[in-house]
Amino acid sequence: MARAVTTQRKALNTLAAWTVGLLIFFPILWTILTSFKTEAAAIADPPVFLFFDWTTENYSAVMQRSDYAQFLWNSIVIAGGSTVLGLIVAIPAAWSMAFVPSKRTKDILLWMLSTKMLPAVGVLYPIYLLFIRLGLLDTKIGLTLVLMLINLPIIVWMLYTYFREIPGEILEAARMDGASLRDEILYVLTPMAVPGIASTLLLNFILAWNEAFWTLNLTAAKAAPLTAFIASYSSPEGLFYAKLSAASTMAIAPILIMGWFSQKQLVRGLTFGAVK
Amino acid sequence: MATQHARSAARLMLAPAVILLLGWMLVPLTMTLVFSFKQYLPLRGGDLGWVGFENYVRFVTSSAFWPSIWATLIIVGGVLVITIAFGIALALLLDQPMWGQGIVRILVIAPFFVMPTVSALVWKNMFMDPVNGLFAHLWQFFGAEPIQWLSQASLPSIVLIVSWQWLPFATLILLTAIQSLDSEQIEAAEMDGAPWRSRFIHIILPHLSRAITIVLLIQTIFLLGIFAEIFVTTQGSFGTRTLTYLIYQRVLESQNVGLGSAGGIYAVILANIIAIFLMRIVGKNLDA
Amino acid sequence: MGRITLDKVTKSFGEVNVIPPLDLTINDGEFVVFVGPSGCGKSTLLRLIAGLEDVTSGQIRIDGEDATRMPPAQRRLAMVFQSYALYPHMSVRKNIAFPMKMAGLPEDEQKRRIDSAAKALNLTDYLDRRPGQLSGGQRQRVAIGRAIVREPSAFLFDEPLSNLDAALRVGMRLEIMELHKRLATTMIYVTHDQVEAMTMADKIVVLRAGNIEQVGSPLELYREPRNEFVAGFIGSPKMNIFGGNPAQQHGAAKIGVRPEHIAASTETGTWEGVVGVAEHLGSDTFLHVHETGLAETVTVRVDGELPVKHGDRIFLTPEADKIHRFNEQGLRA
Repeated sequence: MARAVTTQRKALNTLAAWTVGLLIFFPILWTILTSFKTEAAAIADPPVFLFFDWTTENYSAVMQRSDYAQFLWNSIVIAGGSTVLGLIVAIPAAWSMAFVPSKRTKDILLWMLSTKMLPAVGVLYPIYLLFIRLGLLDTKIGLTLVLMLINLPIIVWMLYTYFREIPGEILEAARMDGASLRDEILYVLTPMAVPGIASTLLLNFILAWNEAFWTLNLTAAKAAPLTAFIASYSSPEGLFYAKLSAASTMAIAPILIMGWFSQKQLVRGLTFGAVK
Repeated sequence: MATQHARSAARLMLAPAVILLLGWMLVPLTMTLVFSFKQYLPLRGGDLGWVGFENYVRFVTSSAFWPSIWATLIIVGGVLVITIAFGIALALLLDQPMWGQGIVRILVIAPFFVMPTVSALVWKNMFMDPVNGLFAHLWQFFGAEPIQWLSQASLPSIVLIVSWQWLPFATLILLTAIQSLDSEQIEAAEMDGAPWRSRFIHIILPHLSRAITIVLLIQTIFLLGIFAEIFVTTQGSFGTRTLTYLIYQRVLESQNVGLGSAGGIYAVILANIIAIFLMRIVGKNLDA
Repeated sequence: MGRITLDKVTKSFGEVNVIPPLDLTINDGEFVVFVGPSGCGKSTLLRLIAGLEDVTSGQIRIDGEDATRMPPAQRRLAMVFQSYALYPHMSVRKNIAFPMKMAGLPEDEQKRRIDSAAKALNLTDYLDRRPGQLSGGQRQRVAIGRAIVREPSAFLFDEPLSNLDAALRVGMRLEIMELHKRLATTMIYVTHDQVEAMTMADKIVVLRAGNIEQVGSPLELYREPRNEFVAGFIGSPKMNIFGGNPAQQHGAAKIGVRPEHIAASTETGTWEGVVGVAEHLGSDTFLHVHETGLAETVTVRVDGELPVKHGDRIFLTPEADKIHRFNEQGLRA
């Protein structure tokens, strides 16, 4: 129930909320603005906010770096691949737990969650070693696999909470109608769960895109995604603010947009359904 | 409630996920455990045999250990306090009627989607740089001497960066929780003449307690593992070497795998202690 | 064809025994209703027949063939669920076509059957809508349509009317009965509503705690309930059951008299009492009579025009040949 409030009160709320909102958003806004400045304008003293000569030269400069496309492509392949792979493994698993629960279902779910909490640094060297032995170091396949595994618990959990909301009778109806298990999952469950699957996909793509422990430690030149590309600006290139900003803007823009679409599902996904 | 056929199909379909995660957990963890009892220096002779608990003792007695615990505590604690306190305030504010609520929400959530390396680098160079950073300009504007943020105030700087990244998460979850509060409850309290302060303490805060606990636990687990923010900014210098970063340095930089592995096992134990509490809450919710 | 035989079927969930050994034969073309209070195992029984649950022991035969281990899809049975269980992402047409698609029927045959089912069920105008855009009654018809097109050997209905409002329920009840007359296919219908059981069934199976209490036609059950439970469950309003003195006079531990088998008079009768509530339905009036010394309340059906009101003194006389006698165990004596 919305409660009646005075216009004055509402105006005050609006002012306060917008001020805080813009303050929090400011670093991103500043980055985007700087990306359109010349390098000189970017470090002007005093700083210029809006009134500068807008230019897109930084974007062309970043794009022209021979390797930028490679980093971008790696990010897309790794984030997309790990998410799709994760879904392929997780959909059947979530089906099992949601529709054929057993006494152990809860334990299995919690155990899966616990693997997510394993500190990455605790297994860094073994993974590093295994990657060298298996020839996976600095390969897209290797990184895709690792990101799939670290996000698998979240994918399973999210799908599980969505599937649980689908009435089991509908799947039983499909079974009565002569559908095999494959038909049941393909023609009935999956289409019904499309919204849930889509938001799971979105959130995990975001998480994989932004992952910055394994992507930094298991890649060098060939398979490095944008996280590593940006990290390479650490110094001394980072002092070219405008180019840094352009590269950053390109790395975060697609995710910001996806993130805004998935904000509702975000809560469910990140709290394992504990807050809805 | 299903047939034998469905149950065996279910087991079969659950198997890949379970096997993958089991492998992912057990294989490296076992290796870490084995390494932790060895003198293992890949670049200086490799596997030099069993040493018992020596690595565990050396890890905690090294001069870097207590400072790293201290740095970890300050970062995790600082970020938790800031994100939860501001998160509650922001959630309460965003729950109020206003114009453009959707847009403000989006503005507030945005930092969560920024890649950690980007946010660390943007803060480091464009805000905290002692010459060209915005903060330096701001300080100069008020006639103050610019601060060398990442060296003179390194821990607060990291806390600031990480808090900025995690505030949206806390806000979003707390806002979701506030919105699930029955507004009739508040109205009833208002009718009973409860002033705002006691409405907050006696109704809103208890209602939020579960969400706060969840934010606390999930953030703790993620914050214990923050890496990119330090890797990009200070590389662990100026007192910002957290437990995670210390282990990373032992393993990959000084290539003392035995010692780093012992540290890794400490980190696993620490994370597990926190995880148990989180699992309790999530598990309870699963029954409901 | 659609003859279903259950032979010593049992079902337990873990330690809990839901269905003790149970034998039942359902003949081809019969309309059989499983009725009983909630938790009596009627839905479980239906799901065992459907193949959605495994039997723990015993055998289920469909048309003489052992179907105990058959998956649901192969049993040639169609089921209508309580929640209708329509596929929300498919149009009505696709919902109805789904079982035929799974069976791999040719397109033109699918179309022919959809059209004839839609015509029979008044769904022709709704074929391209989604289930979400239909009313409860229409959804129910789609669920029935989806069952019909498979031309199953038997239909299974799991409380199909319980989600509908009262007026619609009566209409749908008639439609299902007409469908049965037209198709002459075996139907098994689960309900907790004894009115549905009485009006629809050829054969009623009364269940309690997984046990079959009685099997018979509606009138057999009404006239000669085998025990106190069936007596109380079948018939509305409920049969009055008395113990003590009045029962002993009839040589039984307990006697039962249906409200419609008691005559009421303001002047004279066997028993005497005070009217508590009089429910006037127009055609009939149900009197709830207190202080009779027989039971807390005695329900009596009287003519709608009988002028009685709260607090009136009234005399009751049971019809002597309509008194049911039960022994100590509650069995018909």
